[in-house]
This record gives sequence, structure tokens and C-alpha cells, in this order.
Amino acid sequence: MSVGLVLVSHSRELAQGLADVAGQMAPSVTIAPAGGLEDGTIGTSFDLITAAIAKADSGDGAVLLYDLGSGYLTAETAVEFLESEQAERVVIVDAPFVLGAVSASIAAHVGGDLRAVIAAALESRNANGPGGVRALDD
Amino acid sequence: MTCDAAGTVAAIRAVAATVAEHKVELTHLDRDIGDGDHGENLARGFSAVLTKLDALDADAAPATPGAVLKIVATTLISTVGGAAGPLFGTAFLRASTSLGTAETVDAAALVTALTAARDGVVARGKAESGDKTMVDALTPAVTAAKAAAEGGGDVAAVLTAAADAATAGAAATIPLQARKGRASYLGERSIGHPDPGATSTGYLLQALASAASA
Repeated sequence: MSVGLVLVSHSRELAQGLADVAGQMAPSVTIAPAGGLEDGTIGTSFDLITAAIAKADSGDGAVLLYDLGSGYLTAETAVEFLESEQAERVVIVDAPFVLGAVSASIAAHVGGDLRAVIAAALESRNANGPGGVRALDD
Repeated sequence: MTCDAAGTVAAIRAVAATVAEHKVELTHLDRDIGDGDHGENLARGFSAVLTKLDALDADAAPATPGAVLKIVATTLISTVGGAAGPLFGTAFLRASTSLGTAETVDAAALVTALTAARDGVVARGKAESGDKTMVDALTPAVTAAKAAAEGGGDVAAVLTAAADAATAGAAATIPLQARKGRASYLGERSIGHPDPGATSTGYLLQALASAASA
């Protein structure tokens, strides 16, 4: 048992792809993609998110990450429909979608509890990519 | 229209018809400053609402206006797919909760329900007045509804006042720069276009007002 992850995206492929990437370094973690509408088109689905939460939370809680703001709205609505006991351990975190998912998955895989996984996702907001920024006028 | 469950169903059918009628227009508005799916999303949601209402036989028919709105809310939340799902869904859900088990709605209850709906949208989306969102239609609607009720207006008068204020509020979003939603990514380019969610809110309330006045 470990903390699970739910990846809320407007795209089925984006959520699944990110789950695949994050899963490479966190094979023991349930990473449940919830991307696109039920017919596979672009959008966020309350029902898919609800089902993903059920998969990801085995009792230790789940962290939800999302790609864009309306994903947050749908996720928050889904969490509000949960039983209060479960809702307390299902947390939506405002973090970069990809970096947050990777950091959070690793934290969960090495045994982190809900707080540790949330912290890892939040910490990813400070992550620096390797490239830096090159100004075109240089 | 009687302000009971059957009257509420009739009003929702009017809303669904209006949404279908304006689907293309709303999609175009959303294409201008959004991701181009608002009309389609709302049409899909209200079509699903009609399917759900039609499928309920006499035994399972909702007994109160609140019960009708709850069906609308949960159906929109499950089918709309964009930001409008959680936002309109929460609006209908808060209105439904506000109406409780009352079998009929009067002007006062309607104002309370509209206010609850607006407050739900604000709690969900965290928009403020002037952010160029549906709140810019809903808040004037609530203000106008309160005034109409305080002036002795009945349900039809309250809805008409709310609808006209919402329509004006939607038009007033044209010069605003979006600070919420997809349009906010466009910055100044969002200026000069009406907000799709505010526009559809106006249409929705106009349909309710027409049904109430019928």
C-alpha cells in the first residue's frame, strides 16, 4: 500500500503518457490517469476522475495533479462528492503537471506518506530544467 | 407556469432548447477567446439532461423543483467536460440544495436559490467581478432579482429582471480583459469579445424567464 496518484488531463494520451513516464521510476505506485472525456475527446471527466480516485486511493490517500485550470475545477468537484473520511486524504496539488507527477511518484514509491508526497509535488515548483534560458538577442 | 416540479422540468426543457439554438454562436464566441467548445459542451450537457428526464417514468419523476435541479446539476457535472461542467453544475447543485424539499418556489426562495448558485460559482472558480466570466452575468442577475422580489415581483418578474441584468452583464464583458480561464492566456487579445460563459448564462436565464412567463 502506498499513496496513489491521479493525473487529471484534458487529453487521454497526455495523462496515460505521463503515467507511463512517472511509472518508470515508481513501479510500486498506482498512478491512475484520468485524461480526456469518456469518448476519448479533449476535456476533463468527472466520472473518469472519480474512478481514478477509487483506483489510486487504497486507504493511504491520493494526490491529484492536473494540467490546466478547468481540470482543477472538475477534480475539486469530484473530491467534494467523496465520503468525508476519504475526501480528507485525497488532495489536489497545484504543481507542474509533469515535474510534479515524477517527483510525487518517486516520493510515494520510497514509502512517503501523504504529506511527503504532497511536499514532493510542491517542491517540483522550484525545479530547474537543465537548459536555462537563452535570449534570442544574445 | 406553475412553480412546482413539473413547471421546473418545463423550464429546463426551455433552457435545453435555447442552448441548442445558440450552440453554434456560443462555440464561435469560445473559438474567439477560448478553446472553442463551450457551445458543444453545454449542448451535450443539456441534451443529456433531457435524456435523463425523459427516461424517468411517472414513479421516478422528481417530486420537487429542488430534485429537478439536482438531476440537472449531476448530469451537467458528468457530461459537460469543460470548465462549464463544474461551474454550471455547482450553480444548479447549490440552487437545488437551497430549495430543499419545498414543493413550490416563490419569489423569495428563487432569490435565495439564485444567490446560492452565484456563490457556488464564485467558490468553485474563484472569479471576481470584472474577471470576464459568468460571474459578470450572475452577480448583476442576483442584484436585479433581489430588487424585483423586494418590489413585490412574482417568480416571473424576478426571473425576467435577473435575465435582463445577466444579458446586460454579458454585453458588459466585451471591453474587459480576461483574468480567469483559457481567455486569460490571451491577455489583451481577449478585449473586444464577449465572454462565452456570461453569454450562455444570459441565454439560460432568458429561457427560464420565458418559461415562467408563459
